[in-house]
Amino acid sequence: MTAHQTIEVQQDVISGAEIVVRALLDQGVDVLFGYPGGAVLPIYDALFAEPKLRHILVRHEQGATHAAEGYARSTGKPGVVLVTSGPGATNAVTGIVDALMDSIPLIVITGQVATHLIGTDAFQECDTIGITRPCTKHNYLVKSVDDLPRILHEAFHIATSGRPGPVVIDIPKDVQFAKGRYQGPKEVVHAHNYQPRTKGDPGRIAEAAALIAKARRPILYTGGGVINAGPRASALLRELAALTGAPVTSTLMGLGAFPASDKQWLGMVGMHGSFEANNAMHDCDVMVAIGARFDDRVTGRLDAFAPTSRKIHIDVDASSIGKNVRADIGIVGDAASVLEDLIAVWKQRGYQADKAASADWWREIDAWRARDSFRYRPDAKLIKPQHAIQRLYELTRGHDVYITTEVGQHQMWAAQFFHFEEPNRWMTSGGLGTMGYGLPAAVGVQIAHPDSLVIDIAGDASVQMTMQEMSTAVQHDLPIKIFILNNEWMGMVRQWQQLLHGERYSHSYSASLPDFVKLAEAYGGVGFRAEHPDELDDKIREMIAVKKPVIFDCRVTKEENCFPMIPSGKAHNEMIMAEEARDLGSIIDDAGKGLV
Amino acid sequence: MTDAQPASVYDLAHKEEAESLATFACLVDNEPGVLHRVVGLFAARGYNIESLTVAETDRNAHTSRITIVTRGTLQVLGQIEAQLQKMVSMRHVQDVSRDPNGLERELALVKVRGAGPDRVEALRVSEIFRAKVIDTTHESFVFELTGAPSKIDRFCDLMRPLGLVEVSRTGVLSIQRGVEAL
Repeated sequence: MTAHQTIEVQQDVISGAEIVVRALLDQGVDVLFGYPGGAVLPIYDALFAEPKLRHILVRHEQGATHAAEGYARSTGKPGVVLVTSGPGATNAVTGIVDALMDSIPLIVITGQVATHLIGTDAFQECDTIGITRPCTKHNYLVKSVDDLPRILHEAFHIATSGRPGPVVIDIPKDVQFAKGRYQGPKEVVHAHNYQPRTKGDPGRIAEAAALIAKARRPILYTGGGVINAGPRASALLRELAALTGAPVTSTLMGLGAFPASDKQWLGMVGMHGSFEANNAMHDCDVMVAIGARFDDRVTGRLDAFAPTSRKIHIDVDASSIGKNVRADIGIVGDAASVLEDLIAVWKQRGYQADKAASADWWREIDAWRARDSFRYRPDAKLIKPQHAIQRLYELTRGHDVYITTEVGQHQMWAAQFFHFEEPNRWMTSGGLGTMGYGLPAAVGVQIAHPDSLVIDIAGDASVQMTMQEMSTAVQHDLPIKIFILNNEWMGMVRQWQQLLHGERYSHSYSASLPDFVKLAEAYGGVGFRAEHPDELDDKIREMIAVKKPVIFDCRVTKEENCFPMIPSGKAHNEMIMAEEARDLGSIIDDAGKGLV
Repeated sequence: MTDAQPASVYDLAHKEEAESLATFACLVDNEPGVLHRVVGLFAARGYNIESLTVAETDRNAHTSRITIVTRGTLQVLGQIEAQLQKMVSMRHVQDVSRDPNGLERELALVKVRGAGPDRVEALRVSEIFRAKVIDTTHESFVFELTGAPSKIDRFCDLMRPLGLVEVSRTGVLSIQRGVEAL
């Protein structure tokens, strides 16, 4: 080797930590959410010298993962997390599982103790790979710096393609220090045979088009997969709906893919979905499931689920098809690609929806709509939680709004009363149902959309699970609005105890709540409190005007329940309306009580 | 279409559907933890493993072959195949038991203790099954036997009254007849 060549080679040799930073930049990453610690210090050292990568310091690693989820969900790009070994990794696990359940692309880089210490119960050592194996799409322990560039680029490919999900890369500290050669995304040779299928089978798509064309009572049942497939999928969904005249409903995760203002929109389906959506699902003759996975919260009782329907199931994950509900036509593929092909077949064959049948179908649906299933009894003296969300929705119209939520009653009310016209505007924890998701998710959304109005619709119990991230919002000047529907209860737990457990309210009352206004001030944010319906609008307007993190303590009626409701173990057409809900305990049988 | 909806964990009153055995031959990337991924999938989703064999089969290509015998309804077996296929480390999955060209073999080591006529009979039976005697003392034999799992089951049944004391089985291995490779 000549002297000249030696110099060239040396220039290419950088530390593992620097390889991580370069790979992130080459993957188009501009922000990461993290928390430093001993086993990840070399990477933090490399970040210190890199102005192009913005690091958002959180207050707890769970916050980092949810913030990355919010960032990913609102941008369509992968979220990146950097945490240390041991407790850093274990704290991140909740967010990792959340991302797996809701198909959110995350890259989670965890520090690990040095290779020679692995297995010795070293300080802050844990079996991160073992712990995260069942809760990631894939994970890696990097044993040599030579593997690092390939693994980093492969991880991005895996996290973002097919059904998206979290990928953990566990990097021992000595590998972060070790010198190696960097390779760019185009240079690395992927070690895996991983090639997710995105294009649907043309034969099945043609069958599906023919089946929809013959349908007399069709319904489009859409999910988070439409949003994950990008804005084009949402546009194609609108086109399919217009061509077929079919009503559209969606899962909690799919809200926004179809505009709520469209007259073909039925509202959300499922346990707390609308009466018209659930009855239309029950009575349809052809169901087109697009990027939705027939979750138990959607289907209710399986043997009574849409009993007269033939089902077309479009999903990028082959294992979703036929998992809970048998599909007559299963199509494995990306929602955008399959919708495009489906629409092409529809047009090419000159299919037309049956106008007379469609009119009859819509007459039935309109009758269900007339039940006005989200109706609640207004109150002149106390703020009803539904009313609070309606006012929040009305007063934020015209703003560039992103909504996150925690988990519970407020989440369902937000899904019912806040309406979305566009995808990527609604961030919620659907599959895992993680209380504490909304605040850090709002942090991530606000980072991605600094000038937008980002609101976490929260409950008083949920928000306390990750309240420390208020500090993150203040540090990074993120004017998120935490809008707490404060009823002093774990509302959904209280509701179930009232309706199913003989009003025995076991440990569901939030005693010793903090003064949320003072708490906001203690963090360096701004606090508001609304206690009377008359002051609500003004306070919301003030909140919107504030360019700082806000905690809004909205005192709502304490014992409001979330309706309508499909009781556990019941079918879609057995929904309970608010006025019928006096004694749910006698409606649900013992088997139903065993269900979650 | 009259097929019943598959039961879920939420469907407490589902009727029992007929279960059958299936043998999945899986070609996986030979990397640390890959067996745990496969076994973890079965454990997490409540699928049974009746037998499991695993070994590296191609050092240069970094592949191992895992053969899993499992039991379930047709719907569950379809799910298992789809879930296996979904794993990033998975190169290929095949349900060998549903393939008319599938071959399945298992190896067993069987220890039989006894004396007198039973000992003579054990040796005679082993010859019928083409088992090999790989160890003997005055009071025992160790037989080596290969064949379909059902053949090994039958051999053990016959040996039991003749003094069978210990059985060690590899679990099922599989391959396809003909020129095609997995």
